[in-house]
Amino acid sequence: MNSQSCVNIEKEWDIVSARQLGRNLARKLGFGTVDQARIATAISELARNIYLYAGSGEIYFDIVEDHPKKGIRIRAIDQGQGIEDIGKVMKDGYSTSGGLGAGLPGVKRLMDEFHISSVPGAGTEVEVVKWLR
Amino acid sequence: MRIPILKLHNYLLISIQIELDDQTAIQFQEDLLHKIHETGATGVVIDLTSVDVIDSFIAKVLGDVVSMSNLMGAKVVLTGIQPAVAMTLIDLGIHLKDVPTALNLEQGLIKLRQTLEE
Repeated sequence: MNSQSCVNIEKEWDIVSARQLGRNLARKLGFGTVDQARIATAISELARNIYLYAGSGEIYFDIVEDHPKKGIRIRAIDQGQGIEDIGKVMKDGYSTSGGLGAGLPGVKRLMDEFHISSVPGAGTEVEVVKWLR
Repeated sequence: MRIPILKLHNYLLISIQIELDDQTAIQFQEDLLHKIHETGATGVVIDLTSVDVIDSFIAKVLGDVVSMSNLMGAKVVLTGIQPAVAMTLIDLGIHLKDVPTALNLEQGLIKLRQTLEE
C-alpha cells in the first residue's frame, strides 16, 4: 500500500494535473469533500510555487501509516534558487510574486503536518501530511 | 478553453463548469471585460457551483475581475461557492471581503437587481 505517484511540474497545466491526482488519491483513501478540497488546494499552491519560483520540479504522493492513523503525504521538491529566509515566507501576507501572499502559511493551515527545508542555490522541499479522521 | 458568457437582458451569466487552470482564468477575465464593453451589461453573475477548488491564484483572478468590472460600471455577484471551497478559502487566509456573493444563481440575480435599482 506504499505505492508512490509523481507529477512533474513543468508547465501550467501540470498544476491542475497534480491537484486532480491528489484529490483522487484522497477520495480513494476515504477523505471527505472538505478535506479533499483542502488537500487539492494545498497541492495547487505547492505546485504553483514550483512553477513560479523554480521553473520545474516534482510532486510526490504517497500513503503514510502511523498505526492506527492513516494519511496522505505530499512532497514538493525543486532544484530552484531556494529560500534565503524561511521565517519570512512563513509570515502571512509575504509574497515576492505580487500574489495574494496566501502561499505557504495557507498550506500549513490546510494540512496537519508541514515541514520545509531549503538550501539557497540548491532547492526547496516541502512535505505535508493530512491524516484521516 | 473558453468559458461561455451568456447575455440575458442587461445581465451577463457565467457558469464555470470546468477545472480552472491559470490560463483559462486569465482568458475569462479578459473575455468578460470585453463582453461588458460590447453589450453594455450592467450586472454580471458568475456561478461557481461546479467549482471544487479555488486556490489563491484563482481567488485573486476572481476578486480582480469583480474590481475591474466595477471600474467599467458593471456589478458582479459570485454565486454558489461550495461549503468545502468556502472553508478552504478561509484556511488559506482569503476572505474576498469586498466581493458581493449570494447563495445561488437566483439569489444572485435578486441581489443584482436590488443593487442596480438603488
